[in-house]
Amino acid sequence: MDVLEKLTILTDAAKYDAACTSSGGDRTSRKGYIGNTSSSVAGCCHSFSADGRCVSLLKVLLTNRCVYDCKYCVNRRSNETKRAFFTPEELADLTISFYRRNYIEGLFLSSGVYRSPDYTTELMIRTLRLLRETYRFNGYIHAKAIPGTAPELVEQLGLLADRISVNIELPSEAGLRALAPDKTKGAILAPMRQIQSRSLQSKEELVKYRHAPRFAPAGQSTQLIVGATADSDFHILRLTQGLYDRYHLKRVFYSAYIPVVEHALLPSRDVAPPLLREHRLYQADWLLRFYGFRAEELLDEEHPDIDPRVDPKCSWALSHLGFFPIEVNTADYMSLLRVPGVGVTSARRILSARRVGRLQIEDLRKLGVVMKRAQYFLTASGRAVPGLRFSPESLLAGLLAAERPSLPQPPMEQLSLFDSPG
Amino acid sequence: MSEMIYTYDGSFEGFLCCIFESYANKEVLTAICRDEDFLPTLFAVRAVQTDRSHAGRVYRKVVKLSPYGAKLLQKGFLTCLTDKELCLYRLTVKLLRDGPSFLRDRSDETLYPVIKAVGHLDGEAHLLKGFVRFSELGGVLGGEIEPKNRVLPLLRSHFCARYRDESFFLYDRTHREALFYTAGKAVIRPLESFQMAPPDEAEARYRLLWKRFYDTIAIQERYDPKGRRTHMPMRYWSTMTEFQGEEAFKAQSPSAGGPVPGVPGGIPAPGIRPGSGRSAPGSVL
Ligand code: SF4
Repeated sequence: MDVLEKLTILTDAAKYDAACTSSGGDRTSRKGYIGNTSSSVAGCCHSFSADGRCVSLLKVLLTNRCVYDCKYCVNRRSNETKRAFFTPEELADLTISFYRRNYIEGLFLSSGVYRSPDYTTELMIRTLRLLRETYRFNGYIHAKAIPGTAPELVEQLGLLADRISVNIELPSEAGLRALAPDKTKGAILAPMRQIQSRSLQSKEELVKYRHAPRFAPAGQSTQLIVGATADSDFHILRLTQGLYDRYHLKRVFYSAYIPVVEHALLPSRDVAPPLLREHRLYQADWLLRFYGFRAEELLDEEHPDIDPRVDPKCSWALSHLGFFPIEVNTADYMSLLRVPGVGVTSARRILSARRVGRLQIEDLRKLGVVMKRAQYFLTASGRAVPGLRFSPESLLAGLLAAERPSLPQPPMEQLSLFDSPG
Repeated sequence: MSEMIYTYDGSFEGFLCCIFESYANKEVLTAICRDEDFLPTLFAVRAVQTDRSHAGRVYRKVVKLSPYGAKLLQKGFLTCLTDKELCLYRLTVKLLRDGPSFLRDRSDETLYPVIKAVGHLDGEAHLLKGFVRFSELGGVLGGEIEPKNRVLPLLRSHFCARYRDESFFLYDRTHREALFYTAGKAVIRPLESFQMAPPDEAEARYRLLWKRFYDTIAIQERYDPKGRRTHMPMRYWSTMTEFQGEEAFKAQSPSAGGPVPGVPGGIPAPGIRPGSGRSAPGSVL
């Protein structure tokens, strides 16, 4: 089988993984090596695929052979599909050749479980070592740690990669038991814990010795599949929050389940992937990471799912109208962040600009505030937008209208959802 | 004070000299244009000669008042803002008159157009760090871009660090200039025209591999052309490998070393400092 065909099979098998960012790397250019990592916090996108997702890394599997049988996965043992295997040399050559042409920021290496987690991880380590040591590659590497891998091997992987991730896969243990019988919560959490404590240790050593080995300097992330099981958004957000709090994950990725098989335990094949729900979860995740929100403020047992109609911040504002309006000349940073239409950047600009002079409502747009959302929730020098009139009902309608154009591909069935009363 | 139109040679130093002259002659400028763009008018015109020491004096004065303001001038000059010279001139006048505090208020009406244009420049440079595509031609990497702003000075340090042991060039079709890098030295020089040589076998093959990867990584069930265009406006596609027609994937000659194809004759070898003439943007003073 030639490399083109292998690439096709092993890309196709890897495409469902949501993570493709190249953020958090800290490799600077070195003599005799090729590459560095992006200095931008957001990483660097080299293209966008036809589904609108960022292409940053060469995202492939080492092999799509797998001894496991996760029900939701195209690579599962029981699925009839063409299998392929990259040699470490082929993969290293592809990575370097793509990198030199500026197609990619680096490699995202994952794999099916070939023979055993340890055996597979050893093959991954061989590939990465070839890339780092022989090809002298100094760009970004994201490696997947397979649950059940020996800690010594996870250690080696972490010393070669910038980021490691262990996929949670499903939001609950019951889901795992039913759909991924070869994986257990314990086996997933063990490497996560190891990566976390090892990164911490590496950071401490680096303070003392400049040349201490770096362990996964870009931290770890995880991904979970949304919509394959009945777990609520509240459950998912609390799980996410726990992962950020306890394991200091850099990112949690959500992947709308795409029905690839017909199975009694899974949504049927004609169910559309829950893209809007995935979008809302990312928005809520953002609120947890950058806006000082807690999961319990956004949802509770009575309202376990995010209102699909408006973004979660608007939703919070609508149920806390007493908190508003906010006066932009005096409010503190955290309060500004709670205003729909005000983001981290515009909140900072407000703080900076108001030291020079009192802000007027007309200035806010230039500071990057999205007024069609924010207008209902703030005043400047005591004044709201001139002529603005609204009631709680028209407020919701106004917010819906403000958001509609920015939604990810609103297909027909989602539009009907907007038109229904409630 | 009288109102005047100034013309200058198009260089950053020349522009700074316009500011210098306007103070020296106590004139308020209503337009500043490049010598080559100037159309005769009924208004009074002064053709400003570039004098590096005058430019240096203006620049140092601005830096002293606000290093950030100086950065805005430098970057603002690279933007595609209409009347950028006049906007930057007004910004400088305000800075010299009122001091730098207004620079913290983005909504200030003199600052806003400049900072917006610089944001656009920075944004375009950031996107291009990803969207630039190189081809390998006889050991040298070559690429082309078609940006709205003059981004090469902003891309220089990024690509020089990333490919520090390589030789490469990057041609800006819009502004007809190219960044050359070899043996640790980089220069940006004007280049009237440039035609990329067709790929050899190895190059054609990697292009094909990349296109296949690009086409395969998309999930059909999530097809979202609008999202793709939002993140990656179509005006960038013309120089990206994955959007090229069949021709770009066909090898024209067998793989070989030899002279560098693609670099037109008559171009001084990279690494030579630009002499007189229009200076490279960003290589300030
Ligand atoms: S372990 Fe499960 S999810 Fe991973 S490739 Fe194998 S079957 Fe798919």
